[in-house]
Amino acid sequence: MVKNGKKGGYPADNFFKGLTFLCALLIVVIMTTLFIQLFYQSVPTIRKFGLEFFWSKKWDPVNLEFGALSSIYGTIVTSVIAMLIAVPLSFVIALFLVEIAGPKVKAIVSQALDLLAAIPSIIYGMWGLFIFAPFMQDHVQSFLMKYLGFLPFFKGIPMGIGMLTSGLILALMILPFISAVMRDIFQMVPPVVKESAYGVGSTTWEVSYHVTMKYGLQGVLGAVFLGLGRAIGETMAITFVIGNGYTVSASLFDPANTIASTLASQFSEAVSQPIFKSTLMELGLVLFIVTFGIQVAAQWWLNRIRLSSGGGL
Amino acid sequence: MKMKAKTIIAGISSAICLALSGTLHAGTLNGAGATFPAPLYQQWISEYTKISGGVKINYQAVGSGAGLAQIRAKTVDFGASDEPLKKEELDKDGMIQFPMTMGAIVPVVNLPDIKPGELKLTGPVLAKIFMGQITVWNDPEVSKINEGLKLPDMKITVVHRADGSGTTWNFTNYLSKVSEDWSKKFGCAKEIAWIEGTVGGQKNAGVAAMVKRIKGAIGYVESAYAFESKMTYTQMQNKDGKFVQPDNDSFQAAAENADWKNAPGFYMVLTDQAGEKSWPIMASTYILIYKSQPDKEKIDSLLKYYTWCYDSGANLAKKLNYVPMPKNVVDLVKEAWQKNLTK
Repeated sequence: MVKNGKKGGYPADNFFKGLTFLCALLIVVIMTTLFIQLFYQSVPTIRKFGLEFFWSKKWDPVNLEFGALSSIYGTIVTSVIAMLIAVPLSFVIALFLVEIAGPKVKAIVSQALDLLAAIPSIIYGMWGLFIFAPFMQDHVQSFLMKYLGFLPFFKGIPMGIGMLTSGLILALMILPFISAVMRDIFQMVPPVVKESAYGVGSTTWEVSYHVTMKYGLQGVLGAVFLGLGRAIGETMAITFVIGNGYTVSASLFDPANTIASTLASQFSEAVSQPIFKSTLMELGLVLFIVTFGIQVAAQWWLNRIRLSSGGGL
Repeated sequence: MKMKAKTIIAGISSAICLALSGTLHAGTLNGAGATFPAPLYQQWISEYTKISGGVKINYQAVGSGAGLAQIRAKTVDFGASDEPLKKEELDKDGMIQFPMTMGAIVPVVNLPDIKPGELKLTGPVLAKIFMGQITVWNDPEVSKINEGLKLPDMKITVVHRADGSGTTWNFTNYLSKVSEDWSKKFGCAKEIAWIEGTVGGQKNAGVAAMVKRIKGAIGYVESAYAFESKMTYTQMQNKDGKFVQPDNDSFQAAAENADWKNAPGFYMVLTDQAGEKSWPIMASTYILIYKSQPDKEKIDSLLKYYTWCYDSGANLAKKLNYVPMPKNVVDLVKEAWQKNLTK
């Protein structure tokens, strides 16, 4: 085989190819060994509790009986709340940036979004505990209790902590990611189509609705998945405000737990007890699989969109 | 040619820096563990560094559970924990423990109309509250011991530790002693199965923050956290049936009866001590180090620091409402160092 004019290729090229391939392979190897190790460490718990682990609320470190239900429930609820708030907001922000904003405004808002994404999650956690939670307790939660208290979601005592507060903080954290991806998707709409729409007399709203959104709707799903993947694993932002309650409660004001916050609070105590450690490993495994699955689904979906729109994301 | 010279110089200087960084860390002693004594340790460290002649001490208050895990993993030079380990466990790990100071655990409440030290609680009532058997503040059992005090019809929110805590160990130890129900259902550990509807805070500071935020809350913290942030603490009824305020007198009285001489490996639990003036929820906090200390310089620095804490640090301890170890115990500790540490 003759490549680049020399038989077998130039040695420098081959070396470079080999080196970069090894680096890429390293990532795959690390992922696989991480998965295998998590699985291997979870075996004692899997053997002891089996499938019951997933619908048991128990968390008894003294008698060593554990259940993942409260952690899984809290993870799902906080992520759902975060998505319910962040997705519509991001959608609107992305639309604004692409369709309406002038270049200066667009630059400023884009920068602000990027900065929001760069804030370390522990800062969100601290802000949440000292500033946001009291605000939630004094104004938002009492207000919700007064007017919407008949709903099971808003019963209970307003303590400022709980799944609602955590969900809101998470929404703030994932907003920049989802907006950025959505903005890029909306920008992929062929200008020719938009211009023709304007040409036949459409208003900005009609163009946004009938052209941009229709084109972008599929890609939006990928952006949503990315945000979801981030929200599910977030630890430090919500460990302080989630309340560390091993319960499954309909009320969003009650203390709860997520998989990540359980791991963060309990790992130091678990190190000395093999079955406790194995339980946390299994929780970690669940989180790993779910996050991995979501990321894979998101990337595959976005790839499809990319290919069908002719590239350029 | 120029490039090559630069590269060589860069290589040599980075090698020198690497070598130096090893020696620069020789003067730093690392420890991790309980938040119970953390306010005191931080003050001691800050005072000691002024006169230590270059020795830096780094203490991370991560909780007794994490501290124990770290010293077992040998990632720190000393561990700090409020849970006394039994001699068999110590021998298995090849470590020794010695008490650094004693302190009190104080129940704190968030009741706006009640002043600090006004509310009275007994051991059994405290246990019932934490078990969820008493759910409102104006429950007859609470009102009975607080005649003349107007208690609101407010729900009690129990706040506990979310992490593995020596403070929890001592607190649940006390509850196990005063309530058989508690002892059977929950027991004594650094982390237990708290009932539903309770809130977990991270470390002593987190519990204090939660109690301050939630109206009608009750929690348990080390006394320094209660006093420094001016929280509403309660009186407790001690073993002799008397109600005592949490202050230096009651703390000192509780510590006086401890028989350290006959404590194997300094294992000592100070809860529910006898004595009219004694505070019922006291705890000793320990330092854990390995018996085998190959780095002579490091262990000498460590022991010098601890000796300073025992001798010169006693006043600082008293100021922060901790009880310094009495002289005879300090002598016993120094004996233990001599006997057990192989340099």
